[in-house]
Amino acid sequence: MIPVLSVKDLTVQFALGPRQVIAVNGLSFDLGPGECLGVVGESGSGKSQSFLAMLGLLARNGSAAGSVRFKGKEILNAPKAQLQRLRGERISMMFQDALSGLTPNLRIGRQLEEVLMVHRGLSRARARQRALNMLEIVKIPEPEQRYNAYPFELSGGMRQRVMIALALLCKPDVLICDEPTTALDVTVQAQVLKLLDDTRRHTDTAIILITHDLGVVAGLCDRVLIMYAGRAVETGSVEDIFYQAAHPYTRGLLRSVPRLDADPEQPLPAISGHPPILENLPAGCAFAGRCDRYIQRCAAGVPELRQVAASHGVACLRAEAAP
Amino acid sequence: MLIYIAQRLLVAIPTLLIIVMASFFLMHGAPGGPFDGDAQLEPEVLENIRAAYDLDKPVPLQFWLYLKGLLRGDFGPSIVYKDFNVTELIAVGLPVSLKLGLSAMLLAVVLGGLGGIIAALRQNGWVDYTIMAVAMTGIALPSFVIAPLLALVFGLYLSLLPVAGWNDGAVANMVLPVIALALPQVAIIARLMRGGMLEVLGSNFVRTARAKGLSEAQVVSRHVLKTAATPLISYLGPALAGVMTGSVVIEQIFNLPGMGRYFVQGALNRDYPVVMGIVVVYATTIILLNLLTDLAYGVLDPRVRRGYR
Amino acid sequence: MSRPEAQLLGSESVAAAGGGHVSASMWRQAGRRFAANRVAMASLFTLGLIALACLFAPLLSPHTLEDTYWEYILVPPSLENSHWFGTDANGRDLFVRVFHGGRISLAIGVLTTLVALTIGLAYGATAGFVGGKTDGVMMRAVDVLYSLPLLFFIIILVTVFGRNIWLIFLSIGALEWLTMSRIVRGQTLSVRRKEYVESAYAIGLPAGAILRRYIVPNVIGPVIVYVTLLIPTNIVVESYLSFLGLGVQEPLTSWGLLISQGAEELQVAPWLLLFPATLLSLTMFCFNFIGDGLRDALDAAQR
Repeated sequence: MIPVLSVKDLTVQFALGPRQVIAVNGLSFDLGPGECLGVVGESGSGKSQSFLAMLGLLARNGSAAGSVRFKGKEILNAPKAQLQRLRGERISMMFQDALSGLTPNLRIGRQLEEVLMVHRGLSRARARQRALNMLEIVKIPEPEQRYNAYPFELSGGMRQRVMIALALLCKPDVLICDEPTTALDVTVQAQVLKLLDDTRRHTDTAIILITHDLGVVAGLCDRVLIMYAGRAVETGSVEDIFYQAAHPYTRGLLRSVPRLDADPEQPLPAISGHPPILENLPAGCAFAGRCDRYIQRCAAGVPELRQVAASHGVACLRAEAAP
Repeated sequence: MLIYIAQRLLVAIPTLLIIVMASFFLMHGAPGGPFDGDAQLEPEVLENIRAAYDLDKPVPLQFWLYLKGLLRGDFGPSIVYKDFNVTELIAVGLPVSLKLGLSAMLLAVVLGGLGGIIAALRQNGWVDYTIMAVAMTGIALPSFVIAPLLALVFGLYLSLLPVAGWNDGAVANMVLPVIALALPQVAIIARLMRGGMLEVLGSNFVRTARAKGLSEAQVVSRHVLKTAATPLISYLGPALAGVMTGSVVIEQIFNLPGMGRYFVQGALNRDYPVVMGIVVVYATTIILLNLLTDLAYGVLDPRVRRGYR
Repeated sequence: MSRPEAQLLGSESVAAAGGGHVSASMWRQAGRRFAANRVAMASLFTLGLIALACLFAPLLSPHTLEDTYWEYILVPPSLENSHWFGTDANGRDLFVRVFHGGRISLAIGVLTTLVALTIGLAYGATAGFVGGKTDGVMMRAVDVLYSLPLLFFIIILVTVFGRNIWLIFLSIGALEWLTMSRIVRGQTLSVRRKEYVESAYAIGLPAGAILRRYIVPNVIGPVIVYVTLLIPTNIVVESYLSFLGLGVQEPLTSWGLLISQGAEELQVAPWLLLFPATLLSLTMFCFNFIGDGLRDALDAAQR
C-alpha cells in the first residue's frame, strides 16, 4: 500500500538575523490512506511548522529541505502553482482559533464558495448548493441562515465546524488539523472530535491531528508521533504509546495528565526544567536537562530513532522496557 | 445602519456649532479690533461704523445674529473689502479651492494607495525601498518648500509648465499646484497603506485563504484589500485638513484666486467676518467628509454595521 | 549526575523571574541597536552639526543680522567677498540670517513640542489610567479635534492675540498635543492590563511604585519616538505661519520667513530659497531618521 504521504528527513529553518534556527530537524514518517496520525508536542516542538512547510506556507524567513512525497510525487518546495492546486483540494489544513482564521468582512458562504469555484470551476449557484450541503454534514443548524452570516456572528464551535467544512469541501486525501480543539471548551471539543471521527469512518481521508493534548489523541488516532525540539522522539500505534511508552518525555507527558483517581494530597507530577531554547540547543539529546534517566552519554550526541517493536520507534539511549 | 448614520449626524452638528462658536468668541473676545490700525477716526464716526457692523451690541447677541445669517447663507459684510459681502468673496474663491483640493485628494489616494500596496507586496525589495524613500521625502519636505522648487525646475528651467495664475482652471496651470499639494499626503497614505497591508498579510485568515489554494492575487484582492484599507479611510479626514492648510500656501505661491488668499488677508487685517466665514466653510467641508468616511466604514466593515462590540 | 540546566535557561525565564517586562538591560539593548543603525547615527551627528552651526556659525562672519549693505543687494554666494551665502533684497547677509533663523526655528520646534508633550502626557495618562467612561469621552473629544484644520485655529489665535512669539509657542503646542495624548493613552491602557501589573497590584505594591516601575518605562518609549517626530512637525508649522506672514516678525527671522522671502525672489536669486530650504529639509530628514531608528531600536529590544 503506497502511503498517501511519505516524509523523509524534513528539515525546516528560520533565518533570525544572522543565524539560522532549526525548527524541525530530520523528521520522517509515513501516512497511509484513511489513517489518523496524532502529532504531539509542546509549542516550539516544530509540529505545526512541519506541515506548513509541506504546503509551502512558511513565513518569509523560513526554508525547508528534505523530501515530502504525496502519492509518490515530490511536493516539497514545488512551484507555487502546483502547491496552490494541492492546497484545499488534495491536502487541506485547518487551524485553531477560527475567529482569527476566517476573513472577518466576508460572509461564511462566500468563503466556502470560493474553494469550490477555484478548484472545481463550479458556478456560484452550484458551489452554493455544495457548500450548504457541507454545512449540513458538519451539523450546523439552519445552514441557509448561517450561510449569509459573518464569522463574528457565529459561536466558537460553529466557526470551527465551518473551518472543517472549508477543509473537506473538495474531499481531500489528507486533512491536517492544527490544534482544532485547543480554543474550544470541553463539550464543543467532544463534538468537533466526533465530527472528525465520522469523517474518518465515512471517507478515505487521512487525518493528521496536531495537538498538545494527549486525551484528544487517545480517542481518535491510530498512530502517534511525539516531537520534542524539532525531532521525533517516539512513534508508534496508540496502544504502543499509551501502554508501552518508552521515551522519558512521553512517559512524563502521560504522567502529568491529571487523573480523577489520583491522591489529592500529592502534587501534580510535572516534567521538571524549562522548554528548549531552539536558538541554543545542546550538543546531545535536547531533553537531557529535564530527564530523570540522564547519563553522561546522553550529552554526547543526539540519539537516533530505533525500532523497539514492529510499529514502535524511540529516540533514546535509555528507552524503558515494557513496564 | 440607519442608527449608525443618525449617531454620526448627532455628533457632527454640535461639532460644527462648537467650531463656529469658538472662532467667533475668540475673534470677538480679543483685545483690539479691526479698526485699530486705521487712521484716527473721530469717535462718532467710529461709533457709527461699529453700529453698522453690529459691533456695539453684546457679543452673545452678535453671535445669535451671525448664526441666523449663516442659516440664510449670509456670511455678513467684509470689513476690509467694503464693497463686498463675505458670501461673494467665498463664491469667487470656493470653486477654485475646491477643484484644487479635490484633485489633490484624488491624486493622493490613488498614487499613495497604489504605492503602498506595491511596496507591501514587494516588501524589502528595491521597489519597496524606493517607494518608501520617495514617501519619506514627501513627509519631510513641507509643501511650501516643494512648491517653489517644482516651480523652479519645471517652470523656469525646463519651461514646461506655467508657474502662476489659474487661467480658469486650465489643466496645465493645475499640474504643479496639485502635485505640490498632494505630495505630502501621497507620502503619508503610501506609508499607511503599506503598513496596513503588511499587518493583514501576516494574519491568520490570510493563512487560511492561502491554505485553501487561492492564488496570491485572489488572496490579496478578496481577503486583504478591504481590511488593509481601513487605516487609510481613517486618515481621509486629517488628509483633507492637511490639503486645506496646504492649499492656503499653494494658492499664495502659484497666485491662484482661491479662498486661501482671502483667508490670509483677512487674518492679517483682522477682518472678522471674512476669517469666520471661510473657517465655517472649511469646517463644514471637513465634517461632511468625516461623515462620508464614517459611512464608508459602515460599508466596509460589517461589524460596525451590526453594532458589534 | 549533573544536569546541563544552565544551557536551557533562557533570557525569557530570567526576565520573567525579574518580574518586569522592562529592565535596565532593555534600554541598553535599545541603545546598542540604535548605535548600530548607521543612518540614524549619521542623522544624529548631522543634527548636532546643524545645531552647533546655528549657535556659533554667525560668530564666524563679520556681519550681523540686520546690517544692510546697499551696494550688495541680491549678490550671489561667493567665497571672495564675505557674503558666503549671498545677500537678500535688502542687502542683508544670508549666511548670518540663515543660522539666526535656525536658532529660532529649532527653539520653537523644541519648545512647542515640550508644551504639546506636557499637555498630551497629562491628558493621555489620565484617560488611560482612569479608563471607563471618562476615557471614552476624553478620546471622543480628541477624535473630533483631530480632523479639524487646527492650523486655522492657530491662525485665528495669532490674529487675535497678535504675533507674539511666546503666544506662537503656546498656541502651536496647545493644538499639537492630540496625537501625543492618543499614544500615551494607548500605552497606558495596554500596560495597565498586562498581567504583571495585575500581579503587582495583587501583591500589594502601592500605586506610586506601580506607576514608576511598570507604567512609566513602558510609556516613555513610544513617547520619545513621537517627540522626535513632533519636533520637525512643529518647525514646519512655525515655518508655515511665518511663510504667510503670521509667524515670526522682523527683526527676528526664521527658516519659514527666509523661505517665503526666497520664494518671492526665486527667479533672480534662487540661493535665497535654496539655503534655508536645504537646512530645513536636512533637519527634517535627520529628525525623521532618528525617530525611525528609535522606534526600531525600542521595538527590537522589547521582543
